[in-house]
Amino acid sequence: MTIDWSHFTPWASLGGGILIGVAAAMLLLLNGRVAGISGILGGLLAPRRGQTGWRVAFVAGLFAAPLVMLLLGQAVARRIDADFGVLAIAGLAVGIGTSYGSGCTSGHGVCGLSRLSPRSLAATAAFMLAGMATVFVVRHAL
Amino acid sequence: MKALAAFLAGLVFGLGLIVSGMTDPGKVIGFLDFAGDWDPSLAFVMAGAILVGFFAFMIAHRRTRSFLGGAMHLPHRSDVDHRLVGGSLVFGIGWGLAGFCPGPALVSFAAGEEKAAIFVAAMLIGMLVYAAAERFIHEPRRRTSPR
Repeated sequence: MTIDWSHFTPWASLGGGILIGVAAAMLLLLNGRVAGISGILGGLLAPRRGQTGWRVAFVAGLFAAPLVMLLLGQAVARRIDADFGVLAIAGLAVGIGTSYGSGCTSGHGVCGLSRLSPRSLAATAAFMLAGMATVFVVRHAL
Repeated sequence: MKALAAFLAGLVFGLGLIVSGMTDPGKVIGFLDFAGDWDPSLAFVMAGAILVGFFAFMIAHRRTRSFLGGAMHLPHRSDVDHRLVGGSLVFGIGWGLAGFCPGPALVSFAAGEEKAAIFVAAMLIGMLVYAAAERFIHEPRRRTSPR
């Protein structure tokens, strides 16, 4: 293992992480809701009375973020190596996996670990390990 | 007021994802790639978010109503079952393949990235498949199975 110093961004990542934490705190303390993106989306696909308004508003806020960055003159950096077929399979796996696992990086990884939930710790360990194993296979074994 | 609060929370969340580098799949895969050139940045994202989130949940657990006056919807389960671990493993495989998880994929999609659009479409189909399976396979079986 070597450290990729050229892409390493400790301060931006720490600052962005703090913003994510502040956003989760806002939704939790103002709306009484946990900021789990997969759960928020899933709730929109199976809508219940009185449950859609705040979800739509939150997703609209997410969608507005790149526009605000654009106004600030900042492009959204992205390097996407996967081709369309791989992206489709990956998307399916993420949709099904987060539904059965009742959460993703935000719900389990950020909110769950913040409240020291054993369930979320198990889920986070599982998706981290599976992600690392997958990258290892794709980058180094195939 | 509640819708505005949720919108602002979503906006700040999205800005955090962009600033932190989470919306760059190359960076996510760089973090998951222990055997290659490892980019530890995402550990800093988690640390920053959990640092704030820890105190937020400490306050939340002491309250019965939110600051805008609604009920607190806090998770209450603590059991670790096969669905949780199996689902999370499948999610991790998809995450490692694309470098996208749900939040950053939505933000990249909104930024006009067509590869993110494919991912988001497939992810929504996956969620619908789950919803259908819940309704037609798991739910009826649970209802008819003896206690």
